[in-house]
Amino acid sequence: MIDVENLSHSYQKRRALDKVSFSVSCGEIFGLLGPNGSGKTTLFKILSTLMPITSGRVRIFGHNVAAEVKTVRELLGVVFQHPGLDGKLTVVENLRHHGHLYGLAGKTLRHRTSELLERFGVADRAKEPVERLSGGLQRRVEIAKAMLHSPRVLLLDEPTSGLDVAARRQFNDALGALAHTENILVLLTTHLLDDAEACNRVGILDAGRLVGLGPPDELKAHVGGDVVLIECVDTEVLRTGIVENFGISPVLTDNHLRVECERGHEFVRDLVAAFPDEVQSVRFGKPTLEDVFIKLTGHLIFS
Amino acid sequence: MPIATIWWREIIRFYRQRSRLFSAIAQPLVFWLLIGSGLSASFQPSGETGEMSYIEYFYPGIVVLVLLFTSIFATISVVNDRREGFLQGVLVAPVPRWQIVLAQALGGTTLALLQGVLLLFLAPMTDIRLGAASLFATLGIMALLAFGLTNLGLLIAWRMESTQGFHAIMNLLLIPIWLLSGAFFPSAGVPSWLEWTMKFNPLTYGLAAFRQSLYLDTPAKAIGEGSAWTLSLLITGLFCVLTYLGATLTASAQAN
Repeated sequence: MIDVENLSHSYQKRRALDKVSFSVSCGEIFGLLGPNGSGKTTLFKILSTLMPITSGRVRIFGHNVAAEVKTVRELLGVVFQHPGLDGKLTVVENLRHHGHLYGLAGKTLRHRTSELLERFGVADRAKEPVERLSGGLQRRVEIAKAMLHSPRVLLLDEPTSGLDVAARRQFNDALGALAHTENILVLLTTHLLDDAEACNRVGILDAGRLVGLGPPDELKAHVGGDVVLIECVDTEVLRTGIVENFGISPVLTDNHLRVECERGHEFVRDLVAAFPDEVQSVRFGKPTLEDVFIKLTGHLIFS
Repeated sequence: MPIATIWWREIIRFYRQRSRLFSAIAQPLVFWLLIGSGLSASFQPSGETGEMSYIEYFYPGIVVLVLLFTSIFATISVVNDRREGFLQGVLVAPVPRWQIVLAQALGGTTLALLQGVLLLFLAPMTDIRLGAASLFATLGIMALLAFGLTNLGLLIAWRMESTQGFHAIMNLLLIPIWLLSGAFFPSAGVPSWLEWTMKFNPLTYGLAAFRQSLYLDTPAKAIGEGSAWTLSLLITGLFCVLTYLGATLTASAQAN
């Protein structure tokens, strides 16, 4: 269990986290979705015990992170965004080093190491220096390393950054299987919608505030019906036109007009009929987490 | 266990990047041979240094320079480790900060000591004759010096965001500390402001202790470069303690 209550954090004048509260339970994959500067990294640092708590409270399996650092550290497996492996050491040496830091040794350590390398499909590369492995394989070794001391919580900061689409999908599947079989709690940060979609629950962070919280499907259900994305000659002209003709007010995002409505297919038909010269193209679809983000914050995730 | 494993990694890394071994020892050696030979003619030791060639005078300074280079280069890896994720991974482990710093310091010390020992083999090129006593004392003082210098490096490295910044500090602070330690020229006869600077330089005492330990078996040649043996040892020991405490405090402040 992770319990975050009223967590705030400021850097000099800038407020990085503003009264954030949420909780995550075992067997769950929880994703913190937000753009750069949303406070994700600060929250991650606080959860991983690398930054002191100034206001609010965080408990991990009942242990107060501020007061019981050592106990909390034993419960955590952490994968940082920057590679945490020593490229000059072999895969096994990296894991052994990590095991020793956590007080593992001898036969126990050797068994656990080979078990995890086997599971993550890197056993055949065990004796090679890490710098010779591909990015995808290095990520797997990182997870194996973080899981070595059998943590109850796995924290991952932007775990799929630098991976291609296929490797990312594979990675997310592996993570899902891991959370399930080991019954651990997985919390990851991401700015990628695909990654967030793969989570059981998502917390949406924007400018330090938690603006949305729930399973991806539930969050998407809050966005009304369908989403229509319109590219047009003059956004201002069409926006006024849509307000007058249909009584809905579109949101301007990145030179597109975005409209949420029930029965979107009928709206598209009527729109094109009403403004044949204005509309250049129309994209029509079910809401994604991106739409949820826009609805909650009024801007695109990359803006 | 955590101390041993962090220490071991420092050694392994160094061993696998053998160019580092070479660079830390080659430059001082070139200095020694070129500057040592070049200045030999014009080196006129004042009374207390006795009859001694410059090559011989310069030798202890060169050993200390090798210790300085090796320990400082060892701590540069902290800057990289911090920027990459490796050190973060160590910091989230349930290991107290003082143990992490101690392990890093011992790692640097070991490497510097190994390089220093390599240089001791060159002692016969000078008139220095090492017996059992002086060898023993020399190794001990080299270890102390290396430990203090590594901690000084750690103290700086734990604050540094980039290795460029580290090199700047190296040139502006560490090299002058070495130059003004009596490694390069004796303090006798220098202008008084320089003499005082040298008196307040902790490395002056480390170097004096090292110099004296080299001549332990040939007391006739021992040169009292200013300070007494006990004072030199005491200040060097204090330097080790203070730099270690400083490095631990810095590491704790930088990362909880």
